[in-house]
Amino acid sequence: MARRNVTSEVSGTVWKIEVAPGAAVSAGDTLLIIESMKMEIAVTAPAPGIVSEILVKEEQAVAQGQALAEMDC
Amino acid sequence: MFHKVLVANRAAAASRIIRALRKLGVRSVALYSDADKGAPYLEQADEAFAIGPAPARSSYLDQDAILAVAKRCGADAVHPGYGFLSENPVFARRLSEAGIGFIGPAADWIAAMGHKTRAREMMAREGLPVGRGSGLLSADRDAMIAAARRIGFPVLIKPAAGGGGIGMLPALDEDQLVKAAERARGLAKRGFGNDEIYLERLLERPRHIEFQVIADRHGNARHLFERDCSVQRRHQKVIEEASAPGLARPALDALADQIAATLARLGYDNIGTVEMLRGADGTFQFIEMNTRLQVEHAVTEAITGIDIVFAQIRAAAGERLDAILPQTVERNGHAIEARIYAEDPERFLPSPGPLTVFRPPSGAGIRVETGYAEGGEVTPYYDPMIAKVIAWAETRNAAIDRLRESLQNFAIVGVKSNIPAIMKMLDAPAFKEGDVHTGLLPEVMARGVAAAIAV
Repeated sequence: MARRNVTSEVSGTVWKIEVAPGAAVSAGDTLLIIESMKMEIAVTAPAPGIVSEILVKEEQAVAQGQALAEMDC
Repeated sequence: MFHKVLVANRAAAASRIIRALRKLGVRSVALYSDADKGAPYLEQADEAFAIGPAPARSSYLDQDAILAVAKRCGADAVHPGYGFLSENPVFARRLSEAGIGFIGPAADWIAAMGHKTRAREMMAREGLPVGRGSGLLSADRDAMIAAARRIGFPVLIKPAAGGGGIGMLPALDEDQLVKAAERARGLAKRGFGNDEIYLERLLERPRHIEFQVIADRHGNARHLFERDCSVQRRHQKVIEEASAPGLARPALDALADQIAATLARLGYDNIGTVEMLRGADGTFQFIEMNTRLQVEHAVTEAITGIDIVFAQIRAAAGERLDAILPQTVERNGHAIEARIYAEDPERFLPSPGPLTVFRPPSGAGIRVETGYAEGGEVTPYYDPMIAKVIAWAETRNAAIDRLRESLQNFAIVGVKSNIPAIMKMLDAPAFKEGDVHTGLLPEVMARGVAAAIAV
């Protein structure tokens, strides 16, 4: 198991957090949704694993490349 | 004519409308959110008012705030532009109750066309071609599947109160349908405050052809021909042209005449656009009518010589169509517009940021519409369009060449732009031959569009 950061591909705001810490997810599952420029961009699990931490809150502004969640996978 | 018009919009739309007001000798009032403070379109207006914080719901969508400014500045009409409150019947009604004109059709028309299944039913009754669709979709799984089977998979799920490519999701089979319907309801509720959805048959490789209509307050309506807006990503237009390439004129002209006659009979009363899909078999089907100015109006202006915004304002002020338009309007040459988006050109993901360099092209046959300037900032709060470049020439090939050359000279640093994707499309053999369809842009891109959804 390795700890892994999941980052945002774009700058925008956090629209929705779809999982809670401790959730077991498969690769491709949506962790949270970023809104930017009238677009919803799903942030998905890069690999199967456990969500260890969500680092942002809904409606929070985030920068491109910013870590949004941590996973153990 | 109006004395003072409040422009309830921002950036390129606001800039374009302010220009038309100036040409008419009407005073203009611009609005800006905190994110647009100091934007260049504000300098063009006679007055400018702060409207609220950056998020659109707290500024450009805040009806109370906009009404308050309209009253305070003494505007006798509001131009809503496109997007934001342009197709909101409640806003149009509130203005009229306050004795302020709305530069658009009557609120009842906005409501009638804003509900897409009712609009489809109305147009079908009037004899326009309408494709297979479901009516409002039941939330019951079996009923939903039965509705899709009657149409036949693949289907496209659309919000009934929708528009702008928002909340539209394809479903290839029953499992996808059930999942996507739930997602679409969420998107529809969020985007339009209404979770009603419906199904349309998902056509393979359709062309998007739309007809520009202009009507007055006296029961007259005419058309200004068609536009082809088939080059899209995520159901949102990227390249638009007039005329539609490679199609036989008689069928297009007959449909345009039928649409104008229908809207005249029904009493439509300002500019509008009837959007159709043309299937590979050559048949047209109505998809929706937009009761407002379109982003892509400039290509029609370029081939007809008609200033559509100027005409729209005059019609809204009560002038008669025969005073606004010449007796005959002809098509002259060919025009192509490229929408320049601040986005990654490969996966079409948003790319907000500072415009450290922003030098739009200029030259014979080139028109640029933008609300931005070098040194400005493209924020994540609004849509990604930072400019429109419109090229006109005698022939389609010459217009393509002119557009390509001008885009090569469009210097943008600080944000990514979709110019490389547009260049690739302009060079694609299918595009050059006029063999366009709504799936062509993703096809010519190497990596495929990122799974983002317009909201």
